[in-house]
Amino acid sequence: MNVDLGSTTGGRQQPALSVALSGVGRTFPTPGGGTREVLREVDLDVRAGEVIALVGPSGCGKSTLLRQISALDAPTTGSVVVDGVPVGPGDLRTAVAFQEPRLLPWRTLTANVAFGLPRGTPKQLGAARVAELLELVGLADSATLRPRQVSGGMAQRTSLARALARAPGVLLLDEPFGALDALTRLRMQDLLLNVHAARPTTVLLVTHDVEEALYLADRVVLLRDLRDSTPEDTSIARIVEVPGDRPRDRADHELTELRAELLEGLGVAAHHTPAQPA
Amino acid sequence: MAERTGTVRRVALGLLVPVALLAVWYAVTASGAVPAYQLPAPDAVWRAATDLLTRGELGVHLAISTQRVLVGFVLGAAVGLAVGAAVGLSRLSEQLLAPTLGAIRAVPSLAWVPLLILWLKIGEDSKVTLIAIGAFFPVYTTVSAALRHVDPQLVEAGRAFGRSGVRLLGTVQLPVALPAVVAGLRLALAQAWLFLVAAELIASSMGLGFLLNDSQQNGRVDRILLAIVLLALLGKLTDALIGLAERRLLWHY
Repeated sequence: MNVDLGSTTGGRQQPALSVALSGVGRTFPTPGGGTREVLREVDLDVRAGEVIALVGPSGCGKSTLLRQISALDAPTTGSVVVDGVPVGPGDLRTAVAFQEPRLLPWRTLTANVAFGLPRGTPKQLGAARVAELLELVGLADSATLRPRQVSGGMAQRTSLARALARAPGVLLLDEPFGALDALTRLRMQDLLLNVHAARPTTVLLVTHDVEEALYLADRVVLLRDLRDSTPEDTSIARIVEVPGDRPRDRADHELTELRAELLEGLGVAAHHTPAQPA
Repeated sequence: MAERTGTVRRVALGLLVPVALLAVWYAVTASGAVPAYQLPAPDAVWRAATDLLTRGELGVHLAISTQRVLVGFVLGAAVGLAVGAAVGLSRLSEQLLAPTLGAIRAVPSLAWVPLLILWLKIGEDSKVTLIAIGAFFPVYTTVSAALRHVDPQLVEAGRAFGRSGVRLLGTVQLPVALPAVVAGLRLALAQAWLFLVAAELIASSMGLGFLLNDSQQNGRVDRILLAIVLLALLGKLTDALIGLAERRLLWHY
C-alpha cells in the first residue's frame, strides 16, 4: 500500500484543507405546505488533515450536513467555508463518496475512477493517477470489469477511488461502508486509514456505527434529531475528542466509556450494550 | 461452437413458418381451389418480380421507397431526440409541450395527407414530412420518458463530480437512457415504413405504395403480393440492421 501519490500527480495533490461551518441551518418545505428544520445553527471548525465522524440518530441531518459541504445543497442560513473561501457547486476542493457506490454501470472500473478526475487533467497524467488509485484500493486486477461484475465492497472501493481522483483537500464520506458486511467493513476502515496516511486530506465521515467513529476519527460530532429538541438546542449535541493516535486498538478499554457515552447520546441505553470487543 | 449451432437452429426455426406458408400457398394455387385472379401462384409472383426488374421499374420503386423511409426516419428521429430531451429534462418544457404533442400524436396519419399535399405539394417533401412525423413520436415518447426516469442518484453523482448541463447529459443522462433510445429508434423505423405506404398510396408515381395502388387498379394481384412481400423483407432487413447496431452499442449494459 506504499504508493507514492505525489510523484505522478505532478504536485497537483491539494494539501488537506480546513473546513469552517458557522451558523449552518437547513429547512425543507414539506408537502403539507409547512417546513421542516433539519439542521440548526451548526458551528464546527475542522482542522486541515483532521478526521471527523458525524454520528446521530436516523434523520438527524448527518447526510444533509455533508451535502452542504459538498455544495450539492445550499444552507438556508449560515455559511460553509473551505480554506477561507465559501464552497460552490462543483467545488474542486471537495469530493464525495456516497452510501451507495453510484458507479456508471456501462463504464469499466478504470473509467469510473477517471470520472472523478478534475476537468482538463492531461490524459497521461490522468491515466497514471487512476492506475495508482486502483492499486491503492486493491483493484488493479479488476480494472477492466464493470460494476455489475464486482462485489459490493469492490464497488465501494471504486467509489472511494473516484472521490480520491479529484485529489481533494476535503474528502466527504456519507456512510460509505454502511451497506457492507461486517468483515468487509473492517477492511474498508483500515483501507481508509491507509489512504489517509498516503495522501493526507481532511475527512468528514457520516456513520451509524459508533465503533467505526471511535476507530477512525480524531473527533466525533454527535448530532441530535431536532424533532425531539427544545428551541434552544442546536443540531450539534456534543463533540467528543477521541484519545490516542491511530491506528487504534479496536478493543481499547479506554474507549469503552466513550462508546457508552455516545451510544447513550444516540438513545441506546448503555447497559443494553455490554462493551465487548468487536 | 455451441453459439454457432444455436444461431443455425434459431435461423432454421424462424424460416420454418415462412417456408410452410409458401408450401400451402403453392398447394392451394396448384389444386385450383382458389382462382388465379384472386391468388396467383408463387411462381407468378416471382415472374412479376423478374419482369419488373428487367424493365428497371422494381429497382426504382425499391430505391425511392427506401430513400424516403431513411430520410424521413433520420429527420423525425433527430427532432424526436431533441424534443424528447427537452421535455424529459426540463419541467418547464414538459408542461409547455407535452399536452400539445400528446394531442398531435392522437391525429391519425392519414389525416395529415391532405394538409401536407396542400402545403408542400405532391413531391418528395410532403412524403418525407409525413414519414418524419411517423418516426418522431416513438422517439419523442421513449426518450422523454427515459430521461425523466434517470436514477436521480446517478445524476447527483454526476453533479458531485462537476458535470452539469450538456456534459451531464452526455456523460450520465443519455448513456443511462441509451437502451430506451435505441428501442424508440426501432419503433420509429417500423412506424416510418407504415407511414411510407400511407404517403405513397395516396399521391405518388413511384415507390412500393404506388406499385400497390397501381396494381390494384390494373387488377395485378401478383404485383400486389410482390409489393407486400418486399415491404415485409425491407422492414425486417432495416430492423435487423438496427438490432445489430443495438447489440454493438449496448453489449456492456
